[in-house]
Amino acid sequence: MAAGNRDLHGRIQSAFRHPFLRKAVKSATNTLRDRKNVVTHDLGHWEDWRNLGMQIRNHVIENLDTYLQQFAKNMLQQGAQVHWAVTAEEALSIFQTIIDKHSAKLVLKSKSMVSEELHVNHVLEDRGIHAVESDLGEYIIQLAGETPSHIIVPAIHKTRQEVADLFEKDSGQKQQPDTASLTRYARQKLRQMFLDAPIGVSGCNFAVADPGAVALFTNEGNGRLVTSVPPVHVVFMGLERIVPTFRELDVMAKLLPRSATGQKITSYMSVIRGPKGLGEQDGAQEMHIIIVDNGRTRILANPKYQEVLRCIRCGSCLNVCPVYRQVGGHTYGWVYSGPIGAVLTPLLQNDLKNWGETAYLTTLCGACTEACPTKIPLHEMLIQLRLERTVSGATSSLERTAFRLWSETWGNPTLYKLSMKGGYIGQKPFMKEGHLEGGPTPLSAWTNSRYFPPIAKETFRDRWRKGEI
Amino acid sequence: MKVSLMITCLCDSFFPEVGESFVRVLRRAGAEVSFSPDQVCCGQPAFNAGYHDEARRVARTFLKAFQEAEYVVSPSGSCAEMVRENFLRLFNRYPAELEQAKALSKKTYEFTEFLVKVAGVRSIGGRFDRKITYHPSCHMTRLMGVKDEPIQLLQSIEGLTLLELPRAYDCCGFGGTFSVKMPDISEAIVTEKAENVLQSGADMLVGADMGCLMNIKGRLEKMGHAMPVMHMAQVFDQAQGGL
Repeated sequence: MAAGNRDLHGRIQSAFRHPFLRKAVKSATNTLRDRKNVVTHDLGHWEDWRNLGMQIRNHVIENLDTYLQQFAKNMLQQGAQVHWAVTAEEALSIFQTIIDKHSAKLVLKSKSMVSEELHVNHVLEDRGIHAVESDLGEYIIQLAGETPSHIIVPAIHKTRQEVADLFEKDSGQKQQPDTASLTRYARQKLRQMFLDAPIGVSGCNFAVADPGAVALFTNEGNGRLVTSVPPVHVVFMGLERIVPTFRELDVMAKLLPRSATGQKITSYMSVIRGPKGLGEQDGAQEMHIIIVDNGRTRILANPKYQEVLRCIRCGSCLNVCPVYRQVGGHTYGWVYSGPIGAVLTPLLQNDLKNWGETAYLTTLCGACTEACPTKIPLHEMLIQLRLERTVSGATSSLERTAFRLWSETWGNPTLYKLSMKGGYIGQKPFMKEGHLEGGPTPLSAWTNSRYFPPIAKETFRDRWRKGEI
Repeated sequence: MKVSLMITCLCDSFFPEVGESFVRVLRRAGAEVSFSPDQVCCGQPAFNAGYHDEARRVARTFLKAFQEAEYVVSPSGSCAEMVRENFLRLFNRYPAELEQAKALSKKTYEFTEFLVKVAGVRSIGGRFDRKITYHPSCHMTRLMGVKDEPIQLLQSIEGLTLLELPRAYDCCGFGGTFSVKMPDISEAIVTEKAENVLQSGADMLVGADMGCLMNIKGRLEKMGHAMPVMHMAQVFDQAQGGL
């Protein structure tokens, strides 16, 4: 597991040093957010849809126990096996039991953020089982030995040339850096594996409680192959993924693809109600659903953050975030990135001290909150996380002292005025042609890249007092 | 219409000329303007950084300064939003002050919002012969919903050409303490904004919040572009004849 947030600034620097990352991320997120604007406008009444999305997700979260039981009961009746995992270890151990039962050496996966969260691939690899990602983006980052840098577009930071280089290394043969050739390579490599793998793994975009169903929104077709060709299908599902019925799934189908990729609907939408039944042509012979908590009920119990469970993992907050655009997903240090990652990571890790620094990766511009299809107040949660870090003593003593002195001074009108006078005198050594340059930290952090305006000789209040205004 | 000025730290100490234009435009709109010298910062830097005890201490002094006001108007959407929304969170568990905060919240306005919604200004009048582009500040547009008022007022000025700012609604990267806590990221964001400003073809940048403007102006200057930058209040004031 990655080493917490202790090296946040190191990761920021490595994002800045990367020759293509910022350009690639900027271009991809611009395309995604522009497409989203077009399709949400075409749909019309987008704010109403968001409100509906928020209400549905709120309702589910408030009645999660009921809907989970209903979902599990229905899936059992339809022939699936349902497993409950409180921790990541439990989820992995359940999965291992399924693998052992089938003596599987190869597991083929479609995209699943929960499985990223559990680090399934690493754990299996250590046990000598080959887990292969079949989503093209995931396949690329798996070859690169990385975590996804975007919830929806995991290899968003990679250029075609970098992908070609990875494929060359993998194949030992020259690869053309055009999309068609690269896709063909991945397809050829993966096709046989779909046929060979005894176990296919998928995530779960939504679990329909009544009647029981697992709904997947995918674009490459690999999701459908993974869930229907291998004899065993294992679903990793975050326990908050529920919608009550197909009516609510329909609302989510309007919100998710539009918010995620700017599509009206994804190329594939699979609804799986259980393993292959008698007389049915396709589907897995055995279906397992591993319902994963891994910190979610702890979030559920905390009214300050409960709303974050409304997230449908669309990634639209990443696409509009001015910070994400500059630093990419790996800067966030774990598997979830962008504003939602900055909120989810410390909560799921249950560690504000080592993982909470991502709460500072925001200008608090509110673009994330505005973009969210279920209206999660992300920027407010980021302030709340900062507050809790402060209260728990996770911030530096220098910073604490600075804010204490600031409040003691600026909480008093006379001292406030004096501090401005002091500032006027103190700024003189750094004055140059009408602005400030250099100076001590934190001033230098500004002046390294920007001119800073000087404090005026006569402040507004001075002039007002003199009756000049 | 009695207006108590929420001058903001930036306009008080760094940009008093913006404050003066702000006052003149308010007076021309029919407001009787007063200034409470007991006002201090609204506490936003500490609030956003997660230092709420410290923010509360400053906000308490601020609250007292505006008890008697009929309207409180600010030339910054960010500061106005702090008072209007975040004071309610800050004093949530302090019943006496919460009542005061609620009262203050109801009478606090951002400058252009006040002109349009309260003073009923439809047209600024006068003339301003410049090609400008407008940066809409995040807190004002997203959190307060003041989006159309500034544009409506700018478009009412004769001779003024409003050119589109590419990706106008993207943040400028200031973010208060963010600008010094994450200086590299802040620089990268403001560089993008400055490039968009230059690309707009305008010969002047106009905004309604000195925090953002100070950031963009500072970056433009450091990059070697001496493009004039003005607060909305200065544009209105000059169109109306200035002093």
